[in-house]
Amino acid sequence: MADDREIAEVFQRESGRAVATLVRRFGDIDVAEEAVQEAFVEAIRRWPSRGIPPSPAGWIITTAKNRAIDRLRRESQRDNKQSEAMHLGEHDEREEIEIVEDDQLRLIFTCCHPALAVSAQVALTMKLIAGLGTDEIARAFLVPESTMAQRLVRAKRKIKAANIPYRIPGDAELPNRLKPVLAVIYLVYNEGHVATTGDHLIRHDVSSEAIRLARLLADLMPDEPEVIGLLALMLLTEARRPARTGRDGELVRLPDQDRGLWDRALIAEGQGLVRACLRRNQPGPYQIQAAIAAVHADGRSPEETDWAQIVALYDQLLQFVPTPIVELNRAIAVAERGDVAKALASVEKLGLDGYHLYHATRGDLLERLGRDAEAADAYASAVELTNNQAERRHLRHREARLR
Amino acid sequence: MSQYLMSVYYDEADETPSDEVMQEMYADVEALNKKMRDSGVWVFAGGLHTPDTATVVRSQDGEILTTDGPFPEAKEQIGGFWVIEAENLDAALDWASQATIACRGPVEVRPFQDEPEA
Repeated sequence: MADDREIAEVFQRESGRAVATLVRRFGDIDVAEEAVQEAFVEAIRRWPSRGIPPSPAGWIITTAKNRAIDRLRRESQRDNKQSEAMHLGEHDEREEIEIVEDDQLRLIFTCCHPALAVSAQVALTMKLIAGLGTDEIARAFLVPESTMAQRLVRAKRKIKAANIPYRIPGDAELPNRLKPVLAVIYLVYNEGHVATTGDHLIRHDVSSEAIRLARLLADLMPDEPEVIGLLALMLLTEARRPARTGRDGELVRLPDQDRGLWDRALIAEGQGLVRACLRRNQPGPYQIQAAIAAVHADGRSPEETDWAQIVALYDQLLQFVPTPIVELNRAIAVAERGDVAKALASVEKLGLDGYHLYHATRGDLLERLGRDAEAADAYASAVELTNNQAERRHLRHREARLR
Repeated sequence: MSQYLMSVYYDEADETPSDEVMQEMYADVEALNKKMRDSGVWVFAGGLHTPDTATVVRSQDGEILTTDGPFPEAKEQIGGFWVIEAENLDAALDWASQATIACRGPVEVRPFQDEPEA
């Protein structure tokens, strides 16, 4: 016996793999998606009375493949596409499609191809790899469903028209091609972690999807230290989630968090991955950020945190990512190490006037130096620049205390 | 296999390169053309005269109108192009990477609508 919830779970778990397998077999994303969808409709019809088959994935893939062949046969007869009909005829209906783990990896690289806009990369990855519905992705990124649907259609059309291949890049291309894949997963995670707009500070479901994607990628590419680094970074960030919001959904900053709420299992897993990365000695930006998160997780309180180590890690990170945002975070660590005036001086050099965390950080440093009026003005500027209601409340509260 | 148009763009506001640079560029492009022919991807290629030599013809209300000028009023114009036949976009982008170095300008890669006849 199987109920809808169980079938939904199988869909969530297996649809990505099924779509990837069918894309390899038929070379067409739309055909693959539609066939997998039809197979699940069939499952909803049959499984409640007959039970979930011993290999649900195999059943879905075989059923989907037969549906796709039926459809292509019908279309080729209608359009009189002789060659395609003959090609399909070469295969036995009962042929089993082999599940190749690499299929999903191939499709990830297609979804995150640099020829596609980042917004399209994200949407395709959520849809085809994570198996989310267009409505869910639209909700996660706060765009109307029709906008998201159009984005997906356009992206799939480009893949087809420009003949973007389904292949794992060779060793020489890999470093460059892996970058957008990792960036997409991290972007999805952050979108869930701090919703850029809206009332809830954390949209947990999107974050857990990103972690699932990172775990999948780590399984598929266990020898890529940056993949492991990204997974570790997300696990260590996720570990702090229970402590990140207060009772009224307001943001709780790292130094004020109740560390007893941190998820020790996630921390242990993340720190284990960081150690494994360090042993390889092929540092990269995600590994270094994970190492920073690991040092935070070690500190039983902000005071007991090894800030000198964190500043050193930020120096290393700056070599890979020389951006004002990293400088800003380094300055925060410098302040925590005890050099508040020095931190303020380096923050004020950054000129990140349009970025709310620049003003929030500046306000915090000014407040610590006893320059309350200037601090309050900085918090006010930060409020103007963020749309997240929980963050706004937090900043307004800090401003009000100083007025 | 797919066919791609690789257009080389340049900015009209840019200074014309020196003769020496031009000669180097011609040599690099010729070397790339040869490489493309040897690999079987080369279909057609050509460099164009400047846009002020262009003429636009259009049919309007049953009449043919002929006017001076390049059609797009943009400062970026096409300086030349290749048509190549490549296995997929990755292969085309690899050729485009070599083309942008040889031409010293950005290269736009665009797929042709129809697959070449088998």
